[in-house]
Amino acid sequence: MKKTYKIEVDCANCANKMEEAAKKTTGVKDAGINFMTLKMWVDFEEGAEPAAVMREVLKNCKKVEDDCEIYL
Amino acid sequence: MNRKQKKVFVRIIAAALCTIALVLLPLGNGPLNLLFLIPYLIIGYDILLKAGKGILNRQIFDENFLMAVATVGAILLGEYTEGVAVMLFYQIGELFQSYAVGKSRRNISQLMDIRPDYANVEKEDGSFEKSDPDEVAIGTLILVGPGEKIPIDGVVEEGNSSLNTSALTGESLPREVKAGDEVISGCINLNGVLRIRTIKEFGESTVSKILDLVENASSRKSQSENFISRFARYYTPAVCYGAIALALLPPLGRMLFDLAPEWRVWVFRALTFLVISCPCALVISIPLSFFAGIGGAGNAGILIKGSNYLEALSKAGCVVFDKTGTMTQGVFEVIGIHTTGMEEDRLLEYAALAESYSSHPISRSLQSAYGKDLDKSRLSKVEEISGNGVAAFIDGRPVAAGNEKLMARQGIACETCAEAGTVVHMAVDGAYAGYILIADKLKPHAKEAIAALKKAGIRRLVMLTGDREEAAKQTAVELGISEAYSGLLPGDKVDKVEELLRKKGRKEQLIFVGDGINDAPVLSRADVGIAMGALGSDAAIEAADVVLMDDDPVKIAKAVRIARKCMRIVYENIYFAIGVKALCLILGAVGIANMWMAIFADVGVMVLAVLNAIRALSVKKL
Repeated sequence: MKKTYKIEVDCANCANKMEEAAKKTTGVKDAGINFMTLKMWVDFEEGAEPAAVMREVLKNCKKVEDDCEIYL
Repeated sequence: MNRKQKKVFVRIIAAALCTIALVLLPLGNGPLNLLFLIPYLIIGYDILLKAGKGILNRQIFDENFLMAVATVGAILLGEYTEGVAVMLFYQIGELFQSYAVGKSRRNISQLMDIRPDYANVEKEDGSFEKSDPDEVAIGTLILVGPGEKIPIDGVVEEGNSSLNTSALTGESLPREVKAGDEVISGCINLNGVLRIRTIKEFGESTVSKILDLVENASSRKSQSENFISRFARYYTPAVCYGAIALALLPPLGRMLFDLAPEWRVWVFRALTFLVISCPCALVISIPLSFFAGIGGAGNAGILIKGSNYLEALSKAGCVVFDKTGTMTQGVFEVIGIHTTGMEEDRLLEYAALAESYSSHPISRSLQSAYGKDLDKSRLSKVEEISGNGVAAFIDGRPVAAGNEKLMARQGIACETCAEAGTVVHMAVDGAYAGYILIADKLKPHAKEAIAALKKAGIRRLVMLTGDREEAAKQTAVELGISEAYSGLLPGDKVDKVEELLRKKGRKEQLIFVGDGINDAPVLSRADVGIAMGALGSDAAIEAADVVLMDDDPVKIAKAVRIARKCMRIVYENIYFAIGVKALCLILGAVGIANMWMAIFADVGVMVLAVLNAIRALSVKKL
């Protein structure tokens, strides 16, 4: 299942780091960030609960870039 | 500027004024220099805070942390002005970057500003009410006044007007519409008032499909983008280890040879390294270039579904295209009827009836040539044989209408026709009855389009068609194409494209251009599939990688030129940014470049790279 979220981040490299962090989160099959449109798409693993996974994704993103936001 | 940016701007001004004042004051070498901490903290407090958080989260290669180490280090070494200035310029660079990106984001979204805000829905008492387009049901009557956008696809019930389609197609000539015409959402109504009955929901309307496509473009990343993300991942750690090595190894080496270690010099050079450790210029300018390129193309009526396709387009070496509907108008006319004895009208009537269930352009031309109403109840047991034709019973008589293959299939010998055009052979009661000759006209810009592609350096142009050899040959000669394959079924086209894919050069990309009808498998098999005249054809928008909103084949070459310009800018930025950084690292290591030069180079490269990236947006003259 694939979902798209709006994000807020200031620099392009930070977006790359967020993308890496999101990809490494359990329950995420694949993820990507489009810095220009400030959107993140997440492809969830079979059976994963998107809401719970996204809370983890946000937590992991905050670790690599404190000044970021994902609008869940 | 938004609030966040304004705040940084004020801090930059305050810190700059404060620094200038302190530089002019005679502070001497004493503890008065600690006054420099005032501007330093004004401009750098947030970086220091973020650096602290970064350490807590074990992100030691965080650029905030590295900036903090470099500037704090400089201050500890007594280089107060350098410490403050580096922080100051770093912030100026960041502010510029966020401003420029925000601005181009808005510019590009304005280009694609086709989203309608409301629909005027007719109520039962005849009055109109502004509603959210999302809530309008199929079959609702809506009113579109002059200057308003058509919010939802529909059919005109009443009114005449001309429509501006330029936001969708890039075509500046208005399109005339009258009652009964189908209109697509996103067009702007120029003069008359139109009453439109909607035929789709907003979510399924053209405008929603296009916006969805544009917004999700570049979710598929190009090789260059992936290269840059990988590069960024290794660049920062590499420079940091380089800095540590530079701080430790030369002094230790000098100590071995009984020289003064000069710790101060080498540590300072190492700090210079940290200043250049952020890969920002590269990381920002590459996606920005692609975004600008895709935005500019969108404005010209060329929708590109991702930066990977933009990259592939720029390497186009072989362009394969379908004939009907791509190079020709796809509007057929009956130009001759040849019978073996039956009356011409009767033959035409049978042909029109047999093909009456098909919406293929050929069948439509037969029906319009016949011109009278068709009584479909006379028709039974209709069997469409893909790529061959139709077999059916009319008034109980077996009739077959189709190409030579159909006749061969039915074991009927047929005459050959030397004239160019599409031939529909007819068999009635199992015997050959004659043929109907149908011809298609070239699009007005077709020749120009081929010439433009040749000029753009496309090595190989191939035309594929389901048509007869004679028709294919004549079109190919008129267009100036040497390679044409005729008589292909939809499946054969896939095989042919696969064969061409095997033969192409390793770095070349194969482009297939079709009108999106029946082409879906080939569109997806080619490296880049271009669908043209896609307004209103959902299937084409889904299947293709690049969508030409109108059906002008000249846009194929334009798409290639836009892609090439964008890729040129991308490579310029990659080489320029990496080159300047490498140069600074070398000069910094040998002590020629100091921290001042490093930060100027860093911010300067970023500014130039961003400005260069925005150039990709202008595609008008291409």
